[in-house]
Amino acid sequence: MNSTAVAPRDTGVLVVGACQAGIQLACSLREYGYSAPITVVGAERHAPYQRPPLSKTLLHAETSPDAIALRSEAFYADQGIRLVLGERIIRVDRGDGGAGVAYAHSGRSFAFDRLALTVGARPRRLPVPGADLAGVHYLRDADDALALRAALAEAVDVLVIGGGFIGLEVAATARELGCEVTVTLADNRLLERAVGVPTSEFFLDAHIRRGVRVHLGAPPVRLLDDGHGRVRGAELPDGSVLTADLVVVGIGAVPRTELAEQLGLTVDNGIVVNEYGLTSDGTTVAAGDCVACPPPVDLPDGPVRIRFESVNTAVEQAKTAAALLADRPVPYGAVPWFWSDQYDLKLQVAGLSTGHDRYVVRGEPDTEKFAVLYYRGGHLVAGDFVNRPADFLAVRSALAAGRTIPPEAATDTTVPLKKLIADDPRQAVA
Amino acid sequence: MPKVTYVSDAGEARVVDGLVGDSVMQTAVRNGVPGITGECGGVLSCATCHVFVDEADLDRLEPVSGLEDEMLDGTVVDRCPNSRLSCQIKLSDELGDLRVTTPEAQE
Ligand SMILES: Cc1cc2nc3c(=O)[nH]c(=O)nc-3n(C[C@H](O)[C@H](O)[C@H](O)COP(=O)(O)OP(=O)(O)OC[C@H]3O[C@@H](n4cnc5c(N)ncnc54)[C@H](O)[C@@H]3O)c2cc1C
Ligand code: FES
Repeated sequence: MNSTAVAPRDTGVLVVGACQAGIQLACSLREYGYSAPITVVGAERHAPYQRPPLSKTLLHAETSPDAIALRSEAFYADQGIRLVLGERIIRVDRGDGGAGVAYAHSGRSFAFDRLALTVGARPRRLPVPGADLAGVHYLRDADDALALRAALAEAVDVLVIGGGFIGLEVAATARELGCEVTVTLADNRLLERAVGVPTSEFFLDAHIRRGVRVHLGAPPVRLLDDGHGRVRGAELPDGSVLTADLVVVGIGAVPRTELAEQLGLTVDNGIVVNEYGLTSDGTTVAAGDCVACPPPVDLPDGPVRIRFESVNTAVEQAKTAAALLADRPVPYGAVPWFWSDQYDLKLQVAGLSTGHDRYVVRGEPDTEKFAVLYYRGGHLVAGDFVNRPADFLAVRSALAAGRTIPPEAATDTTVPLKKLIADDPRQAVA
Repeated sequence: MPKVTYVSDAGEARVVDGLVGDSVMQTAVRNGVPGITGECGGVLSCATCHVFVDEADLDRLEPVSGLEDEMLDGTVVDRCPNSRLSCQIKLSDELGDLRVTTPEAQE
């Protein structure tokens, strides 16, 4: 990373992808004093919006995509951020030093001095016969959510394939709307990649208590046709059949890497960036769901790079990339966190529990109000929190400050966790 | 149209026209008012929308819910008696104009 500065800036920064990461990148550039032009090009027709409500409130018909907009039109104008919607970039030509031209599907072109990729991810497609039948839905963008909302209003039997956040949030909403709901998944526990075992077990019980049927370790082998091209259910590996008039597939997302590949950037389960958000060509930056980056927190023996799909990660990575482009580089090192809302259950997760060797449970999971604190080598590394927001905030700030909470004391729910935050003796030695 | 005055920690005031139904947090974030992050979009998950409400406006607001109360205990800048999470304050014509001060830090 010898020279990241480019002297003449006439065409400025082009941000491809106008959502959480792209808009944050543009806003942060201005905040960090970048004064050349900024253009953000997005493929969707809606003004940039928040994705989390798509699997929650938006399905209840309470909200319109306008109501979840990230910024006002006046704000973009005020900040001199040119927002171009409904244009998909399909090719980028680039010369030396990072400058080049991007071409949209429509034929429009956009010149730039520096390029930022915030293109996000697309839903992973279900790889079985029948997956393209009518009545099979995916959920990634606002149009998907509006289509799913209309379908849910008519549905009786809903089958959710996948036990991650999106699947479970849709299952919760469908149940609240009065549908019969079945969840079937390949993994042997819910939210396997995101939370620890006690939290997975809690969510299994919580969904069952609310009348959802759950099949673990049962990925459908095919979806069944009602004879008119509409889905009528799914067949499981043991030959049994689940009937449904609406199927929602939520089996993860795949990073959009086509443009990066075309540019010859290193791609490995996401566009590879360093801790400054810089890609392998040394000039292009990238942020958000499309990115594989060094873990922001210490993960001994962990993966060298991770992809972490959350609002907080998109925002922090975008700030990091903007700081680099504005010649104020600061490495990305924020403690990742995210949340999920299902029924009246608020889940908050702070840190990365990967590779923990000990955990303690605070409170009684059966009361639907508890926390799990994870430790590795004696250090507090992460926590899962269900309806315990004060505990979540305490752990998030302890982790951010490199401090700890003694596991023995943490199980006493009469003492606020905030009062137990202590210096991490091992951290001080290291 | 209700107006919200945001006073920064350093004492600078900015007046923004709000829309009925939007929250004080949304109004700030959409218009790029510094000092309010609102990362979770207003679902009581992040506590990055902490504000101090002008004493004169405080009594007119809906009371603090149990969840908001718990979260206020964990804000980065310690809570005061007039602390609120601004995503929980919805603008309305009855409520009228509001004045809030943003803390030194949210995260
Ligand atoms: C339904 C749902 C619920 C979620 N709930 C939560 C939650 O509760 N909590 C949480 O922390 N996170 C949640 N997330 C995750 C969070 O929303 C994402 O991590 C975040 O949106 C990532 O932002 P991004 O900008 O990287 O990508 P995206 O939001 O995917 O944005 C990328 C944008 O780029 C555009 N684009 C792609 N290619 C091109 C191109 N070639 N030209 C032009 N434009 C292009 C796309 O159309 C898209 O608008 C949820 C995600 C979804 C889908
Ligand atoms: S915006 Fe997250 S708690 Fe208010």
